[in-house]
Amino acid sequence: MKAAVLVFPGSNCDRDLAVGFRTAGFDVDMVWHKETTLPERIDVVGIPGGFSYGDYLRCGAIAAQSPIMGAVAEFAGKGGHVLGVCNGFQVLCETRLLPGVLMRNAALKFVCRAEPLVVASADSPFTNGYTTGDQISVPVAHHDGNYQIDDDGLAALRDGDRIAFIYGDNPNGARADIAGVLSANRRVLGMMPHPERAVDVAHGGTDGCALFASLAAAFVTA
Amino acid sequence: MKAVVTVMLKQGVLDPQGAAVQSALGAMGFEGVGGVRQGKVIELDLAEGTSEAQVTEMCEKLLANTVIESYRVEMPQTDVTS
Repeated sequence: MKAAVLVFPGSNCDRDLAVGFRTAGFDVDMVWHKETTLPERIDVVGIPGGFSYGDYLRCGAIAAQSPIMGAVAEFAGKGGHVLGVCNGFQVLCETRLLPGVLMRNAALKFVCRAEPLVVASADSPFTNGYTTGDQISVPVAHHDGNYQIDDDGLAALRDGDRIAFIYGDNPNGARADIAGVLSANRRVLGMMPHPERAVDVAHGGTDGCALFASLAAAFVTA
Repeated sequence: MKAVVTVMLKQGVLDPQGAAVQSALGAMGFEGVGGVRQGKVIELDLAEGTSEAQVTEMCEKLLANTVIESYRVEMPQTDVTS
């Protein structure tokens, strides 16, 4: 079981995300953004939080054009699993692997706190260790987490049961309180909250463990 | 040869930064500011002969996120709006 965690200039949650994967039993390869291919026999790609390229132009916009993202798009196109957290979610939206866009928080403030979340769909390889409707607490830390999508896009997410997590107390103005969304094949998840910051009692909570454990289970039984 | 790309949030997309600037102007005593929209101006220094279509492609692929942003390209003898 092997995960690749991408590293961009300005990534700052890459090692945390690696720890998250390791707690569930994954071996982890760190992959520099200038690579054009992923390591062999990768089960899941993690795109970490941070401020890739200093958030220049738009959050995630430059990272989305980096060499490694071509390989990630190909991996996802073949049905590979991809988890994007925070800046990673922004990168996935900029590459159009996920619909919508993350805008500046409605209150214009950086938000950093433990955030109540509701598991809106436990029907995915990332969330099937939870039960739909579960209330969990996962930290958020972002300035641009205000998820926006047009009416048709929102309807498509709802019809496809592709909203994975919603906020219990919307911190950023996100449409429909959306905190995390799935791709149509349910194998790409982007989310603003940081599950890797909730995998050890020393973090103040372990509600993120089930996400990594869900993924691990998907590959053990496969 | 220069091209100037102006990127703005589409009409109807909430612009919290523009709203904050509008609020600040009001607090400073400037009256009658009915709305503020904040965007970006990007100047490109291009090789002679670069086509308008190439600049449009730059906008579509990188300079603007067309989910929420519109762009306008100003080039010598051309003026393209999307």
